[in-house]
Amino acid sequence: MTVAVTLEAVSCVFGSGAQTVRAVEHVDLTIEGGEFFTLLGPSGSGKTTCLRMIGGFTLPTSGRILIGGQDVSQLPPYARPVNTVFQDYALFPHMNIRDNVAYGLMVKGVDKAQRLRRADDMLELVRLGGVGDRRPAQLSGGQRQRVALARALINEPQVLLLDEPLGALDLKLREQMQTELKALQRKLGITFLFITHDQHEALSMSDRIGVFNNGRLEQVGTPPAIYNTPATRFVADFVGAANVFQGERARQLAGVDSVMLRPERIHLGGQDRARLSGPVLDVQYFGAFSRLRMDWAGEPVVVDLNPLQLAALPDAGDTVHLHWSEDAVHALQGTAA
Amino acid sequence: MNTMTLPAPAASGGGPLRRLSDLLYTRRGLALGLLLVPPLLWFGVVYLGSLFALLANSFFGLDEFSGVVDRSQLTLANFREMLQPANVDVVLRTVAMAVAVTVACTAIAFPIAFYMARYARGSQKALLYIAVMLPLWSSYLVRLYAWKLLLAKEGAISWVLAELHLSWVLEALLATPGIGGNSLSFSRLGTFIVFVYMWLPFMILPIQAAIERIPGSLLEASSDLGAKGSTTFWKVIFPLAMPGIAAGSIFTFSLTLGDYIIPQVIGDSTLFIGQVVYRQQGVAGNIPFAAAFSLVPIVVIGVYLWIAKKLGAFDAL
Repeated sequence: MTVAVTLEAVSCVFGSGAQTVRAVEHVDLTIEGGEFFTLLGPSGSGKTTCLRMIGGFTLPTSGRILIGGQDVSQLPPYARPVNTVFQDYALFPHMNIRDNVAYGLMVKGVDKAQRLRRADDMLELVRLGGVGDRRPAQLSGGQRQRVALARALINEPQVLLLDEPLGALDLKLREQMQTELKALQRKLGITFLFITHDQHEALSMSDRIGVFNNGRLEQVGTPPAIYNTPATRFVADFVGAANVFQGERARQLAGVDSVMLRPERIHLGGQDRARLSGPVLDVQYFGAFSRLRMDWAGEPVVVDLNPLQLAALPDAGDTVHLHWSEDAVHALQGTAA
Repeated sequence: MNTMTLPAPAASGGGPLRRLSDLLYTRRGLALGLLLVPPLLWFGVVYLGSLFALLANSFFGLDEFSGVVDRSQLTLANFREMLQPANVDVVLRTVAMAVAVTVACTAIAFPIAFYMARYARGSQKALLYIAVMLPLWSSYLVRLYAWKLLLAKEGAISWVLAELHLSWVLEALLATPGIGGNSLSFSRLGTFIVFVYMWLPFMILPIQAAIERIPGSLLEASSDLGAKGSTTFWKVIFPLAMPGIAAGSIFTFSLTLGDYIIPQVIGDSTLFIGQVVYRQQGVAGNIPFAAAFSLVPIVVIGVYLWIAKKLGAFDAL
């Protein structure tokens, strides 16, 4: 596997003096060729700044960025072999869809007949054949998203950057686009660098995920690695639901300072050999499962219950006994917030 | 269950004001209509009415002996009179000036507007706005006579050029037929300079508004797709700023077409459309001919807008 993108000790600082914002701090990252890599994090965590530095819209304050082995740290966007799908799609409103898609080829000087044919091919690829003559304003959000994708792919970039491209779509369309994006990536074999704050999206689409928090990369790993063995408390909390215990409680459960226990790994059972027992605080219905909160001497323990496995759900105030297997408890690094 | 006594709904039993309010609320069209009646009356009766009165007047004649407007019959004499070479000259001269002023205003306004919209922030932006609008706070006549002094033979501009040993440039310009003259204040070049100065704010503000509406991500997308700055300018920024340029040029174009004071104070004493209209309706008392002549700018602007639309100036609206 070739390396598509390398970040070496990249930092980005905005402003000066008292208003300094350290958007990205000392990030080291290697993205393999052909990989679907996701940067996951809450808003303001630095993931978008990171993508903008790779695209060339923001220059790093320090560190090096390599794309395909070439140092591009100080190059303008038009000199970088990457293309971007923008969050707001950024389609040119004064051009029709075909001209929008052909823009990259027009800039390169490809002759008109050829570039328009290629644009039509790209539109077919994203299943939008026949809308070439329309204006962006006449398309739906999902269609515009596909046009933005076609426009970014026509230049055959080494890396495709996607800045929260599904954020503006409704749930059904978003799920459909997730499947399509993933299929398109497999078909084209292009490296995708995807930005999202949606953990479900990250888990379901990515080959690997990098979790951002406060400008730092907290953990890089495959979706199961991120979900099952989060490195820090932040990752445990941000990806999926988690019971995180620290200090005395953690030592009682696993003999370490900080532990995580996924709610779905806990089940209810008899009083005999129960790991914890306590009164139920409340039960919430979610359809596929029900979420119960048990009071553990002042701290809630969240348990996800499969309704099929229970004769009846306990009510608030009932005493329940919690069971889990030894490997369900995962030790976390340090006590990072 | 105990029954709570709710206050009776006020809708049916309220006073006349309440009933009026309910009526306006339920009949949205009525409220809109009431709001629109005064401006529509103003626009329809006062504005369009006077325009039609103008049009009608242009078909009347003037009695040669009494100097009284003859409303008994319609005639095309005024329009025939306009085709006289001297009058055609006036129209061509004025239109050429309007075109030159519009082009110059666009060229000067665009960089300023671009800077205001894309780079200026906070107090700097406020200062730029004030700088652009400040000239409009003082009287047009004061500024015009100030320019007369600046452009005079003994004025500031010739003095500065003389100090810089550049008087030969000014002399060469003034010796150029068509734009030259005795001094800047008595040349068509001077008229042009003052027109550009006077109408520049009306060009800057619409262009600035148009550029401000362009999302930054469009410029980034263009660069991302491989376009260098100049390509982005001509393919993205300029077309999207076109409605602003069109709006601004309507101001500069029509204001130049109609003005009769600037060319009277500064220039080579050749006539512009506005001056002809002014003289015909004032000194000569020939209202019908003045009316016919004042239709020229309306027609020219109409043609101008039609061409602008054909060229796609409003596509980005």
